[in-house]
Amino acid sequence: MSAAATHPFQPQPSAARRSESAIFWLFRGATYFVLLCGAVVFLNIFVKGSRTVFQTQAPFVNTAFFTESPESLYVFQWQGQKMELGDKEFRAFKEKNPAAANVKAESYVYCAGGIFPCIVGTVLLVVGSMAIALTLGVSAAVYLNEYARDGTFIRFVRLAILNLAGVPSIVFGLFGFGMFVIFFGWNVSLLAGWFTLAFMVLPVVITASEESLKAVPKGFREGSLALGATKWQTIYKNVVPYALPGILTSSILGIARVAGETAPIMFTAAYVVRDKLPWQVDHFSDFFFQGVMALPYHIYVVSSKIPQNEYTERVQYGTAFVFLFIVALIATASIVLRSKLRNRYKW
Amino acid sequence: MDTLAPAPTLRPPSAPAAASSAPGSGPAPAAETLIEIDHVDFFYGAVQALHDISLSIQDKKVTAFIGPSGCGKSTLLRCFNRMNDLIDGTRIAKGSIKIRGIDIHRPDVDVIELRKRVGMVFQKSNPFPKSIYENITYGLKLQGVSNKARLDEVVEKSLRGAALWEEVKDRLHTSGLGLSGGQQQRLCIARAIAVEPEIILMDEPCSALDPVATAKVEELIQTLRTRFTIVIVTHNMQQAARCSDKTAFFYMGKLIEYADTRNIFMNPANPQTEAYVSGRFG
Repeated sequence: MSAAATHPFQPQPSAARRSESAIFWLFRGATYFVLLCGAVVFLNIFVKGSRTVFQTQAPFVNTAFFTESPESLYVFQWQGQKMELGDKEFRAFKEKNPAAANVKAESYVYCAGGIFPCIVGTVLLVVGSMAIALTLGVSAAVYLNEYARDGTFIRFVRLAILNLAGVPSIVFGLFGFGMFVIFFGWNVSLLAGWFTLAFMVLPVVITASEESLKAVPKGFREGSLALGATKWQTIYKNVVPYALPGILTSSILGIARVAGETAPIMFTAAYVVRDKLPWQVDHFSDFFFQGVMALPYHIYVVSSKIPQNEYTERVQYGTAFVFLFIVALIATASIVLRSKLRNRYKW
Repeated sequence: MDTLAPAPTLRPPSAPAAASSAPGSGPAPAAETLIEIDHVDFFYGAVQALHDISLSIQDKKVTAFIGPSGCGKSTLLRCFNRMNDLIDGTRIAKGSIKIRGIDIHRPDVDVIELRKRVGMVFQKSNPFPKSIYENITYGLKLQGVSNKARLDEVVEKSLRGAALWEEVKDRLHTSGLGLSGGQQQRLCIARAIAVEPEIILMDEPCSALDPVATAKVEELIQTLRTRFTIVIVTHNMQQAARCSDKTAFFYMGKLIEYADTRNIFMNPANPQTEAYVSGRFG
């Protein structure tokens, strides 16, 4: 027994062994802590938001919340009962019950109705700004990676792009306000918001696109050129298609950022409230020059402008819930597209 | 369009009398010079990779370049289709490379047209991540060929030419990357011959292949030699001995000896060549 205990491979207590397990638990703890924080935030929004978004009777989803515009909520006592009615309902109620004409009701702005215009606005902002960002960003990345000769100037350009990624979003908002809203005279409009948001995510799109272009093996380019392809034919047919999955990954991150940023759009594209929906325009061109409501800005407005109470909380959490859901939806679509492309071009 | 050759065809009328004499035996038959390298100095930036290289490569022959790593044989090969243009800071400081008498660095030579006529097979097989069919038709589609029947015909012809048809005819529309290493390299050869080049440059085509796959590629080279002029860079001296008509031995960026393959291996004139081919260094 004692002979077995003294074999040469038995564990020796040492400082290195002790720190090994301490470090392991430190790293594991850090990871789980981050996970926990995320879970708490999501659960909080999910639990509180689902009270607004879902309901107990069929169709189990609060359709009005998704399909109507925001309204004021009126809360009052009526024949011993507490009534909560939206603007339109309240007016109809007063017509039906003349006695209620002078009832004393507390009003809460934007706490009734739904957030349909915000959903539409956010989707429009995301689609337009990502289209601009991908066009400009992929073009710039192709130029930097395929055409430009590496030199001091190109290195400076890359550095500038990386630094741009660190600029606070409010600065982009002010830039967009000065450049597009005032200087170009686009006013508060979809177009101004698109460009401001696009410029904000451009650094991410360019950097990630360049990385994915770099990951395409040199042999594909050489093989194509050796067959008598021009540079552009090579890039178009034999480089960019293989880099697309990576480019899409970057755009997924871009989508989440574009959809969620409030600061860049609050001066350039977002309205606190708007009666008309984006497609209710007289001329086609007016479409680009109208402001829209947006989910993150709506959350900001509801959360900051009025005293907090249970009614505003409903809208806030409901909107946050819908917002997360929409971002997840767009991201899932991109991920599915990406994996399809990946399966098509594997090497 | 035809900037490389003033004549309507690059191929000379074949001379059956000359072709009938066995290669490498006795004084060289009147084989025509296809590539003429004249006193070429080549630089990567400040580093000189080739020193005063002169040699002429003959039409419809297999020419092998041998020598230790870094001797400049691949660099010279990549000069023939101007692949070195892709590397920043490379230049030919002196001398000229002529293909059929035309200096390929002349300003009126279009590198695209040059590369259509001078195909290349790379050391690392590089089938594109597309189907076998798309790999073969890639070059033709670049030239604007879209006729399905014509493409089908070329695919079959090229794959047969590369001795791959029987192995892949039932899966033309599956990825070229699903093939084995040797098949991939033959696919790359098929892709190169699909555009009907005049010259095929092979840059160590078998260095990543096992002996069986290597034997197949060598066999293929034997069948291709009647239709194409082949220049092959190889580390494998037996390979050079087996499949080439002429061999050039390079060392430290200089051409040490260039002669019929038989002479290089059996009766080298230069002691350095002898030391290398007998395995005493390199």
